[in-house]
Parts: sequence; C-alpha cells; structure tokens
Amino acid sequence: MSEDHAGRMGAIHRELHSHLPPEPALRVKALESLLVEKGLLDPRTVDAWIEVYTEEIGPKRGAEVVARAWSDPAFKARLLEDAPSAIAELGFQGWASGHLNVVENTPAIHNLVVCTLCSCYPHALLGIPPNWYKTAAYRARAVRDPRGVIAEFGEVVPDEVEVRVWDSTAELRYLVMPARPPGTEGWDVARLAALVTRNAMIGTARDLAPRVGGR
Amino acid sequence: MSGPEAALLPREPAAGTPVFAEPWHAEVLAVAFALTRDGIFSAGEWADALGAEIARATAAGTPDTETGYYGAALKALESLVSAKLPTTGAALAERIEAWRCAYLNTPHGQPVTLAAAALPMAHHDHHHD
Repeated sequence: MSEDHAGRMGAIHRELHSHLPPEPALRVKALESLLVEKGLLDPRTVDAWIEVYTEEIGPKRGAEVVARAWSDPAFKARLLEDAPSAIAELGFQGWASGHLNVVENTPAIHNLVVCTLCSCYPHALLGIPPNWYKTAAYRARAVRDPRGVIAEFGEVVPDEVEVRVWDSTAELRYLVMPARPPGTEGWDVARLAALVTRNAMIGTARDLAPRVGGR
Repeated sequence: MSGPEAALLPREPAAGTPVFAEPWHAEVLAVAFALTRDGIFSAGEWADALGAEIARATAAGTPDTETGYYGAALKALESLVSAKLPTTGAALAERIEAWRCAYLNTPHGQPVTLAAAALPMAHHDHHHD
C-alpha cells in the first residue's frame, strides 16, 4: 500500500467516524425506533415535546404565574391554596404540573427548592432545570447548607430570615413565589414578569429589585 | 469557595446557550415524558430509576456534569423499558448494532435508514484511533 493510498484510507476512516453519532445517541435511536414500531411511541409526541421545551417554555410561564399573583390577590390566594387549579386557569398544564405546591417568600421566610433524589422540577412552568440543579453538589448541599449555597449565587439571606428547604419528588414539586420588589407599583403583568428569574422561582435568588438601566 | 462548590457555577447559562447541549439529551427526556404520560411507567418509577442511576454514577466516580446526568437518564430509561417491556428490552442491543451499521453504510449527507444495516459493512474491520 502506497503512503498516498494509506492517507486516503485514513481520510475515509475519519469521515466515517465523524458521521457516526455518539454511542448514547445510537442507544436512544434504537430505543425510539423499537417503541415506534411496536406502536408504543408516537414520534410526533417526541418532536412536539422537544420543540416546546427547546423553544417556548423556559421559565417564562412560571414568571407569568408569579407576576399575576403579585397583581391579583384573589389569584394569589388560589395559587397558594391549590396551585394546579390556578395554573390551569392560565392553560399551563403540562409535564409534571399536576402536583405542584407554590411557597411564598416573605420578609421572615425564604424558600429553596431541591430534588435530593434526582431532578424533579415543575417542568411545565420552568422548562428544563439548569445544569447546577441536577448536580450532586447542589442536591447534597442545598439541604445541608442552604445559606451557603444561596451565598454562592451572590445572594444574601439575612440571619433573621428563616430558610425553608423543600425536597421535590415525583408526587410533589415546588415553585417559589418571590416577594414583589419595591418600586414596581403600577407595573403591568408583562413588565413584572420580566423581573422574575428562574433562580428566584427555585430560591437561589431572593432580591428581584429592578436595577438601574433595567435587566 | 473551592472543591465541589465550584460545580454550582456558572449560575446562569450564557445568552444563546441551547437548552440541550446534544440532541440525544432532549430525546431521552422526551421519550421518558411520552412513556410516563401514556402510563408505561409512572412519574414515581421514573424518578426512582433516575435517582438510582445518578447514585450509581456518583458512586462510580462519574463526573458531576451534564453529560453524566444524561448518561444516567438514558440508563434509567433503558432499565425501565426493559422491566416494563421485556421484548423491547431484549431487542435493544441488536438494534443498536443495526443503527451503527446503517450509519457506517450510508454515505454522508444521505438519510440513514435501517435498511442500510443489511448491506455488507465495507469498513467494519478497521482499527479505532
């Protein structure tokens, strides 16, 4: 075999390898194709789910829920009493929205949500959890040292404020309702919703006061 | 802050970061969602299987990263499907090889179908780099 020929074969070899999906992708594809053939999985469900969670949901729905609660005391009361029914009013049912509890931050209480087992999360309201939510570091330390974890996110919970940690499960998930920041009197729901961050609804952020220049 | 604490950073993804780093990450969760919704397994069974795989990965020293998480999610999905749908579970290994052959047999840029898996594998006996 000439050197030239060996070079060409090497190029073909690399081309084949660049084309072959990574092993886990092949495994998912195998699983999906078998389930579809057996009529146990509709590929349109998979495509629709990916589109919705990639493009649409994010934490926007959760932010709207919080902003509405800030603006409408009757809605807020219903939300704290029976979150699944209240979010159904907004049409926000979806994956894991059936068993949801909304916990309210007050001047005396700060709430922090974790899933110590895996990554249970109110997907229908917040989308896909951030990577840090799924790490062993967060899952362990949120319970052991919640103030320390919150501090790492650049937030300070004053000593006199009680920190409550909620461990999510498949049967019961949590959304934190942060406090409405001062200086937002008269704001409409859309403007308020823009202040509400994903981290605030998990509890790793507390202060949502609008910054100079907006954010 | 040092050691494991650093794993919590960065706090927020940079603007424009895709929700899913790899298409298969999204596919794993989408299939788990569909099978949960259709009652093949319950949300509780999914959480238990995922929790068990994450614990196993942690015990094995798998890095505490997104790739590690989705690898555990894939294993949880495979094990639940194998438990609930044994015929499908038993066919998995062969089907993975069939897709591998199909990709290797299909020229780049053309749609990959399982039919291509049946072709002789021209480049199957090479050494891996």
